[in-house]
Amino acid sequence: MAERYSSFKPGGTLWLLQRVTAAFLVIVLAFHFFLLHFVNHASEITFAGSQYRMGTLSYYSLMVTFLVTATFHGVNGVYNALVNQGLDGTQKTAVKWVLVVASALLIVQGIRTANAFAGISF
Amino acid sequence: MSQSYNRGLIEDFGRWREFTAGMWAWIFHKFTGWVLVGYLFTHIAVLSTATIGTGVYTETLQSLESLFIVRVLEVGLLSVAVFHILNGVRLLMVDLGVGLEAQDKSFYAALILTGVIAIASVPTFVEGVF
Repeated sequence: MAERYSSFKPGGTLWLLQRVTAAFLVIVLAFHFFLLHFVNHASEITFAGSQYRMGTLSYYSLMVTFLVTATFHGVNGVYNALVNQGLDGTQKTAVKWVLVVASALLIVQGIRTANAFAGISF
Repeated sequence: MSQSYNRGLIEDFGRWREFTAGMWAWIFHKFTGWVLVGYLFTHIAVLSTATIGTGVYTETLQSLESLFIVRVLEVGLLSVAVFHILNGVRLLMVDLGVGLEAQDKSFYAALILTGVIAIASVPTFVEGVF
């Protein structure tokens, strides 16, 4: 029987989440590019325009979900690529926690930015 | 019992001459993935200027967009994103066991479509930079 090559544990939650987020991101990333490069040109983007878009609850919540899913999918992908390259033991644990902290910081900063556009302050 | 294809050690990039379509798809997917996750961090950093002030955000984006190199990099980013999306759909199909016998053809289709979309997007991306 052939060897199993995937770095994911069989039947694991991370394996499933990577695919579920992929299916979501395929649609939302295409939408994001289309809206901000073809409908609205990037060179014409202003704070007022971003504020207008983020002022809508549906757009704000879509962008926050986009941020969280893209961060998970990207960082989990990086982690698996490194495991594929042979990352193991203490290094694997250290890299895992560095990536977890980097993801948390990115999501917090992304939400702070979205809130600045939406006029949400605490 | 399920059968799986022995691809050898793909991580040994010195074997690139022996790589088949599926192996190239794997490498391109990893490469575009690294670029996209790197860009995600950069993107949030640039957009974070909105937390400093409304004028700072608008000025930062407009001064970046006035640079020709940024427009070229945007076409590159679109190419990378389009390939990752198309090959991602291909991978989801492979996971579902759909079209396994055409997985090499779907990789070539993803490459060609990425090239066509990237070329077609150039006029939109360079508009107003000159």
